[in-house]
Amino acid sequence: MNDSHVAQTSGVLPVLLPLAERMTRAALRERAMGSPTLRLDSSHGVALVVAFLCGCGITQAQSQAADPSIFTTLWKWTPLLARGFVFNLAISFMAMAIGTIAGLFLGFAQISLLPPVKKGAFFATHFFRNAPWLVLLFYCMFLLPFQVTVLGVTIPIPDWTKATLGLALPVMANVSEIVRGAIQSIPTTQWEAAASLAFNRRQALWMIIFPQCIKRMLPPWMNLYAILTMATVLASIVGVNEMMTLTQRALSAESRPGLLLAFYSYVLLWFFLYCYPIARWTVRLEARYAVNQ
Amino acid sequence: MPEANSEPIVALRDVHQSFGDVEVLKGVSFGVAKGGVVCIIGPSGSGKSTLLRCINGLVPIKSGSIRVADFEVHNLHTDQEKIALRKEVSMVFQQYNLFPHKTALENVMMAPIYVLKEDPKEVRERAIALLTKVGLAAKQDAYPGELSGGQQQRVAIARSLAMRPEVMLFDEVTAALDPETVKEVLNTIRELAREGMTCILVTHEMRFARELADEVLFTDGGTIVESGRPAELFDHPRKDRTRAFLSQIL
Amino acid sequence: MQLVWDWFRWLNESTGINLTIFYDQFDRSRFASGFLMTVKLSVICIVSSVVIGVVGAWIQGSRLRVARTIVHWYIQAFRNTPPLVQLYFFYFGLGSLLKAAGGGPLITNVTWAIVSLSFFAGAFNVEIFRSGIEAVPRTTLEAAESLGFSRAQAYLRIVLPLAFRISLPALNNNLVNLVKTTTLAYAIAVPEMLYVSSQIWSDELNVPVMMNVLLICYFVLVGILVYLMHRWERAIRVPGFGI
Repeated sequence: MNDSHVAQTSGVLPVLLPLAERMTRAALRERAMGSPTLRLDSSHGVALVVAFLCGCGITQAQSQAADPSIFTTLWKWTPLLARGFVFNLAISFMAMAIGTIAGLFLGFAQISLLPPVKKGAFFATHFFRNAPWLVLLFYCMFLLPFQVTVLGVTIPIPDWTKATLGLALPVMANVSEIVRGAIQSIPTTQWEAAASLAFNRRQALWMIIFPQCIKRMLPPWMNLYAILTMATVLASIVGVNEMMTLTQRALSAESRPGLLLAFYSYVLLWFFLYCYPIARWTVRLEARYAVNQ
Repeated sequence: MPEANSEPIVALRDVHQSFGDVEVLKGVSFGVAKGGVVCIIGPSGSGKSTLLRCINGLVPIKSGSIRVADFEVHNLHTDQEKIALRKEVSMVFQQYNLFPHKTALENVMMAPIYVLKEDPKEVRERAIALLTKVGLAAKQDAYPGELSGGQQQRVAIARSLAMRPEVMLFDEVTAALDPETVKEVLNTIRELAREGMTCILVTHEMRFARELADEVLFTDGGTIVESGRPAELFDHPRKDRTRAFLSQIL
Repeated sequence: MQLVWDWFRWLNESTGINLTIFYDQFDRSRFASGFLMTVKLSVICIVSSVVIGVVGAWIQGSRLRVARTIVHWYIQAFRNTPPLVQLYFFYFGLGSLLKAAGGGPLITNVTWAIVSLSFFAGAFNVEIFRSGIEAVPRTTLEAAESLGFSRAQAYLRIVLPLAFRISLPALNNNLVNLVKTTTLAYAIAVPEMLYVSSQIWSDELNVPVMMNVLLICYFVLVGILVYLMHRWERAIRVPGFGI
């Protein structure tokens, strides 16, 4: 192992194409991120529109004379679906906010110099990373009380809040890993330089190291957000009235054959329109930082 | 040792080759006697590497004829025929192209075992002997990634020799090396040439070409501009283009 | 064995930690079958998604333009939509189209889960294998050919082993992800670990205990897979190769 390292740094030509190295690095990055990179482009939007129109066409062709047109049906359900979508967005915002804050702490704890803190944070991070999102969602849905009483005031905890916490857990674990990876990617000479200027470890972390990390953390963090937004449909399994649940309710209320494709592609279009700019922006940031490094 | 009257083992006649609209070779003819050493020199982009790849059948030619030993290279179409040719002609590349997931010894052993279907035990002995010959017996279990460029190139030469070829092609084998490791590779080639191996080298090492070559070909723009014994070509070039090139290099 | 079961019964009586999956015969077999179903889903989906990946990568390298386009859109569709939507689409969409003559479903929910999850993970695998092959330098293939290897031999002995090593880290990520995604089969009532656990806790009213059991089981299951994969990666690692 050591030999190979020496051989590589001593100016020997690489054995592999840069392509292979890039692939390995991307795989390790995705491993740290805990999810594959979402790569949306405009052709996906076009494909969704085509699928949507196909679905509409099929439904229209199959419908009886008495049925209202597919567009009327969709229009009728749109306000309800939109309300569901707002839930998806609210869940995604809050889960991301909570998960990020908790993940930052956990990530810092992972580079702590105190062995128990470090080991505990490492274990917590990997525990929540290895647990399926759906199981964590169930965990919070069933174990959190439906209301808490603080100083005589009873505060109800609605389902979607619990779902939010359930999704915040995996986000926390992934953010923790992103933070650790970013901090460790900063050359140790930066720490030494800070120490030689009489910064203590906390100062060095906050004033020297972490500001350099933010740029590196931003693309994976935004990708995580896009993934999370798509994952909010999981909340439908535990009965939160988000867009997916409402879509299924609409489908069973209409009970017309062939509506499925039209409705699903309609819903996916909403998600696409929301996630697409984020995904594009992530790619642009990544490219910019890759050049600057 | 080259015999003047013997039939050439490699013979090219009016070879043309183009990539798309770009004509890379515009009628190249030359011959190499058995045991002869021919050096091809010339500016980059003059089609030297393409020429070697044509001789090896890696690149098909547009027109003309190439004969190597008993093979009409321009008439080989099936994989089997090409494979038969490549048992006779072996090539060493500028970028070594060792197989990175195999050790040095395995790199040398692979082709004889899987292509020539020889007995692995016997191949192993021969491979070790070859690695010893190129001075790398101690490195037989190292992976290519653990070897320096010069060492990798010497393993590549041993790998080619393991096929017991009649002709060796060297494609700028020292171009990617550090100056200090160039010497060890050149020594290996020198030894081969002295043992009577037929060699065709594309090279930028003029001193080496002068010392070793029976004939030097100067190519430019897809044709052989001038050819001759090294002493004549280097000291008394007849063509202006050759003179210009040599004055730049030397 | 009975001693162990009795101990869990005692644990319940004295502490309230109600692990019926140990001392209750019925719950024990239910949970075991759920666990086995999760393992079965995982193993079948891993194998078939790798097969899909190999076949897809092979088609992507073919000369048939139509086939390449189909594979391209297959990847795009399954890579960029939530797997839950894919599962619903297969089960409710295609499933309702494929009705048997008697009106019952032709294909069981377990099969639909396997099909859906395999195609989901397979889409990633196609990309992974394809870029693994493309990452092998062309000159390496050339070197093999100049040593007299036939096309097939060169691929079998040189290109594919290298491509596989390059692909392995990405493949591992994807397979770990796949095992976690098998929980989605809950949504179409496949009796896997999550599903049987929910049945158990609604019968026995031991939600917190079962939740923790579930979490630990998945942690261990995924942990074992991650560990094995990393061991494998390290075992076939070639010194000086890659990063």
